[in-house]
Amino acid sequence: MARTILPFGPQHPVLPEPLHLKLTIEDETVVEALPTLGYVHRGLEKLCEVRDFNQMIQIVERVCGICSCLHALCYCEGVEQIMGVEVPRRAKYLRTIWGELHRVHSHLLWLGLFADAFGFESLFMQFWRVRERIMDIMEATCGNRVVVSVNVIGGVRRDLTPEQCAWIEQEVAIAEKEIRQLTSTILNDYTVKKRCCGKGVLTKDQAYQLGAVGPMLRGSGWAQDARQTGYAAFGELGFEPIVEFDGDCYARSAVRFRETLQSLDLVRLAIARMPAGETATNVGGAGDDDTPQVIGGKRGDIMQAYNRDKSHRVVAAPPPNLDIPAGAIAAKVKGKPQGEAVTRVEQPRGELMYYLKADGSKHMDRVRIRTPTFANIPPLLAMLPGCELADVPVIVLSIDPCISCTER
Amino acid sequence: MLGNLINQGRIKSPWVVHFDCGSCNGCDIEVLACLTPLYDIERFGILNIGNPKHADVLLVTGTVNQRNKHVLKNIYDQMPTPKAVIAIGACGCSGGVFREAYNVVGGVDKVIPVDVYVPGCPARPEAIIDGVVAALEKVKKLLGMTA
Amino acid sequence: MLETIPLSLDQVAAVAKECFDDGWRQVTMSAVDCGEAGFEILYHYDKDLVMKHYRLSIPKETVVPSISPVYFCALLIENEIRDQFGICFSDIVLDFGGALYLEAEVRAMPFCKVSVAEKQS
Repeated sequence: MARTILPFGPQHPVLPEPLHLKLTIEDETVVEALPTLGYVHRGLEKLCEVRDFNQMIQIVERVCGICSCLHALCYCEGVEQIMGVEVPRRAKYLRTIWGELHRVHSHLLWLGLFADAFGFESLFMQFWRVRERIMDIMEATCGNRVVVSVNVIGGVRRDLTPEQCAWIEQEVAIAEKEIRQLTSTILNDYTVKKRCCGKGVLTKDQAYQLGAVGPMLRGSGWAQDARQTGYAAFGELGFEPIVEFDGDCYARSAVRFRETLQSLDLVRLAIARMPAGETATNVGGAGDDDTPQVIGGKRGDIMQAYNRDKSHRVVAAPPPNLDIPAGAIAAKVKGKPQGEAVTRVEQPRGELMYYLKADGSKHMDRVRIRTPTFANIPPLLAMLPGCELADVPVIVLSIDPCISCTER
Repeated sequence: MLGNLINQGRIKSPWVVHFDCGSCNGCDIEVLACLTPLYDIERFGILNIGNPKHADVLLVTGTVNQRNKHVLKNIYDQMPTPKAVIAIGACGCSGGVFREAYNVVGGVDKVIPVDVYVPGCPARPEAIIDGVVAALEKVKKLLGMTA
Repeated sequence: MLETIPLSLDQVAAVAKECFDDGWRQVTMSAVDCGEAGFEILYHYDKDLVMKHYRLSIPKETVVPSISPVYFCALLIENEIRDQFGICFSDIVLDFGGALYLEAEVRAMPFCKVSVAEKQS
């Protein structure tokens, strides 16, 4: 039979990002898929030579806007490991809270996009409506909706007041209720099952051998999650990974859906167990002066914007106080990192690994970032041959592709 | 008479096409957030579509790199005139934090003419909507409609 | 401090096979430019959330045997290293020839501290 080569991307309605797949199709069946990457490659690992190790936090946060908090967390943990810094317990819990909120917003975003990929637009709208509530929490506690720059080497730069904690708990409870209302649609609806069940099957052995990570691996029956290693406060929260066994698109979306609810629980648990104390340890900055940097200020204009934009919405209560506690972090020079470290955290898309090498100067020698989508592309190439052309968007989205992560 | 009607339609209901040009996704998800119930740009008649040949306004997020500059140029050339280009985010405006990276060309204006710059890292959805409205004013002038 | 197991060039493929049969998951490989001393490539493997790292030190312009025939997932990583450092791998399952990320304008091994030689083909 005649073979046709069909380009998929880089600009495609279903993909928010430029990924190019060269699909060889026979009739309506895909027989081969070849990726072309590089549309988002910036080369930011190399920027460690022009930015010092503190400034690199801002760079790694922009590896991917969706999971920025976790990139910074992984990087900071690595530098802390090299410098032998112990992070205060309260900071660990705060990192957990923001990290899990990031997971919730990322999964809701993905669930919406996934629904959109098979044409269920109203479900897309529903999930994104709930997601805005999480974005509000981020904005009220960190000052930015997406790129939440809270992690610094030695701790976090913001604290949560008891009122803010109570408000977050209220908002999280409403979000959970709203997500639960969508359970029967995303898990039981005829359309959803028709498009997802049995599509893009990745067997248990395949998933492991091809190096799949995150919900891809857990959707195929492996109970592996980097959170089990107990970074940040996960060691004290009694975390159990969520596993599904079918290995198809439906299993992966079920993993992500259940993880969303689990992350909301983890946020509440972390708030309940959060100890009092410092939010950051004094560590060396890269600068040569030892004047403490004080970060803090009034957020009056943001509060006004909040009232203006959201006055028509049902909220539990307006956020209590958006002023940032003054003097949140002080940085003092005590040394520069020297050594190597490998750290892993669980991003919404899977396990994220940083390899850091520092040679004792203020610049890192090497920052190597292995992002989850990079590991999930080989399994994608294995899943595509044999599927129908109409299922390609669904299968591609089921790996939760984050191309800006992949290419950096 | 008919031309006037079409022009009116263009201004009242601009169709936008979004291209991610090496962005970190932060701005992309804010562009998408514009479509969702809270911000809902469709109430202004703005419609997001996938085909550049149907579009009046091009939203570009992120820095331009050596590979995607060809794609960007291609998409721009496929759009019918009159057209407007909006660069979103610090990266789209100037290259942002990545401007020193080896594979980065710089802002969107290095490759195609930009009409409106929307700063921010990432730009807020409200700012993006404002940007589209500002771009429409420019399109109006191009069409010779002074209103 | 990171504990690594030293690895020599002729062991690369054999060790990969051993790890594969033993049920280790390939996490990634990291290449580092050590200036005059050449390159270091770290092979990271994971099993039940425990990681082990092999360190391969090679002079510049060495051709490294690919592990992608064993671990298919290594093909992207090896192509990426080829792009960024100009290290060539023999027998990659799918060879992008240094064009995974980069267009012809910037094919100059951007991650190397000193560009030493033209890329081998």
